[in-house]
Amino acid sequence: MSLATDTSVPISADFHVTRSRQNVAWTGLGALVVVVVLALFPYIVYSGTTAILVQAFIVLTLASMWNLMAGYAGLVSVGQQGFVGLGAYFVLILALHGLSPFAALPVAAIGCGVVALPLWWLVSRLRSGYFAIATWVLAAAIMLFIERFQSLGGGTGLPLPGFTGMNPTLITAYTYWVGLAVTAAAMLAVYVLLRGRLGLVLTAVRDDEVAARSSGARVGLARLIVFVVAGIGCAAAGGVLAISQLQVQPTAVFSVQWTAEMAFATIIGGLGTIEGPIIGTAVYMVLQQTLASYNAWYLIILGLVAIVVALFARRGLWGLVDERLHLRLFPVGYWLRTGAGNGRPRSLRN
Amino acid sequence: MAWVNAVIQGVLTGGLYALFACGLSLLFGVMKVVNLAHGDLAVIAGYVAIGIITATHMPVLWSVVVVVPVMAVLGYVLQRTVIQSSLNRGVLTTLIVTLGLSMVIENGLLQFFSADTRGIGAGMSLVTSSFSLGSQIQIAWLLVVIFAVAVVVLLGLQYFLSGSSYGRLIRAVADDQEAAQLSGADYRHVFGIAAALALGTVALGGIAYGMYSDLDPTTGTDTILLFAFVAVVIGGLGSLWGTLLGGIVLGVAQQIGAQINISDELLAGYLVFLAVLVLRPQGLTSRRAQT
Repeated sequence: MSLATDTSVPISADFHVTRSRQNVAWTGLGALVVVVVLALFPYIVYSGTTAILVQAFIVLTLASMWNLMAGYAGLVSVGQQGFVGLGAYFVLILALHGLSPFAALPVAAIGCGVVALPLWWLVSRLRSGYFAIATWVLAAAIMLFIERFQSLGGGTGLPLPGFTGMNPTLITAYTYWVGLAVTAAAMLAVYVLLRGRLGLVLTAVRDDEVAARSSGARVGLARLIVFVVAGIGCAAAGGVLAISQLQVQPTAVFSVQWTAEMAFATIIGGLGTIEGPIIGTAVYMVLQQTLASYNAWYLIILGLVAIVVALFARRGLWGLVDERLHLRLFPVGYWLRTGAGNGRPRSLRN
Repeated sequence: MAWVNAVIQGVLTGGLYALFACGLSLLFGVMKVVNLAHGDLAVIAGYVAIGIITATHMPVLWSVVVVVPVMAVLGYVLQRTVIQSSLNRGVLTTLIVTLGLSMVIENGLLQFFSADTRGIGAGMSLVTSSFSLGSQIQIAWLLVVIFAVAVVVLLGLQYFLSGSSYGRLIRAVADDQEAAQLSGADYRHVFGIAAALALGTVALGGIAYGMYSDLDPTTGTDTILLFAFVAVVIGGLGSLWGTLLGGIVLGVAQQIGAQINISDELLAGYLVFLAVLVLRPQGLTSRRAQT
């Protein structure tokens, strides 16, 4: 892994560094096709199916954000439900003031990004495990604070206004498209961020924080950006949740279960890869759909699977694929090629 | 007088919170584990006590004698199996594994014992009786007993850690795991002992909470875990007596909050936690900055 800095290696024409062995344009095109096909779903499938997919979009968005935090920035948050709840409540507040919930969603998400700044100032004082628990306490405090407002329904919540007079079929379709758009935007944002300068800083921090700091990497700023982006993403998912449930209930939107689901989906799929959360979300949805009639069993099994994967397959299901096929659909690392077909390419970054 | 009452009640509930928190602090101090399943394990202890009491009609206080060793053994076994193997893989893995345990326990209790709340020893004279100080202050004997138990537990832990040979091993491993290992200490066994102590204390906390209030499957995360963490952070990480101080500060803040507005009890506690984070992130008792 030290090749990048080892100056004794002669730089010759035989070496070159690429992002990936495959052409990224193809996976980009593939992703676009998937999004377009998914966008056509409301015309071809029943509303029951789109409702399940909206749930999947929420989990996938959350998992991508948690993956960005824990997998790349080393920020293990157990309090992301705070942003899910805030996003839902911001949509509710704007809708109560007459805005369409669909139009309110981006405003609410950005608003939560602004709220994330002072919250970061609070929780950034703690590291690792205590950072995790501080975010959790913060989420609990935010919920208690919001429950104080009787105009927002206090401890019981309110139905989401702004849908009166709309065709129910249209609402379902719009909800689906909004969920799809949020997920696509979240994943694109993670990909672009990690391909850019931020990705380099985060890699440097992951490999050696002290060395990164002494080389002038602005570690605190990088973590702040990740925290704010994850706040915006989780808030957007919370907004989609509010719209799809047509109501906002404090204990439901601020449930720690959201964080458990996003963390477990990420861990099962593969932490620190963009593909991981997709696989993890698929596993989660299959478990949830097949075990839905057995009450809490899917959560028990999800927890057990997450423990087993965390202990025995640290890189998750996608890690198993990657080990065998060296396949990256969304490459954010680098490959070093040594001449034409001269051995296997080495990954400079996992 | 109402304010004095709030402070007295707050100080006494601080003893209960210290019982939740001291095991957590011990686990963090010795093996740097943040145990997200701590509260759920306390709830398990409460449920086991309820099960034993209903099955054998054993007196409530005798059930403590059975449950605490059982939980201590469970702690040793958990540490030697899942937690030790997650420790070898880094902080993130221990968080995920304990979060997974928490979710499995909570939903398991929900699945098998429903969401009903359960109390321990309802109608017992210890649970219902109280004494008066002046005309306006009523103090429950139960809270006094719990506070005394917390002080005894902390004294016992302190004596154990500073006086006994196992205690010295625990401190040695906490200070420098590799050096202790080179000197022949089996750190895995030492970690197991520390986990047994931690779960023994939190089992007391779970049973005490079941007598003081009610237990349900979500009590572990909603109440016990969060209060324990808040007490640990307020008191200072890794400090044993700090957990009692943190618990007392949390308890007093909650009671004063409730005095201002009955629905602000919990929020007031968390606001004090956030204030400590801002003003004194190393906690009230600790001198050095935490990393």
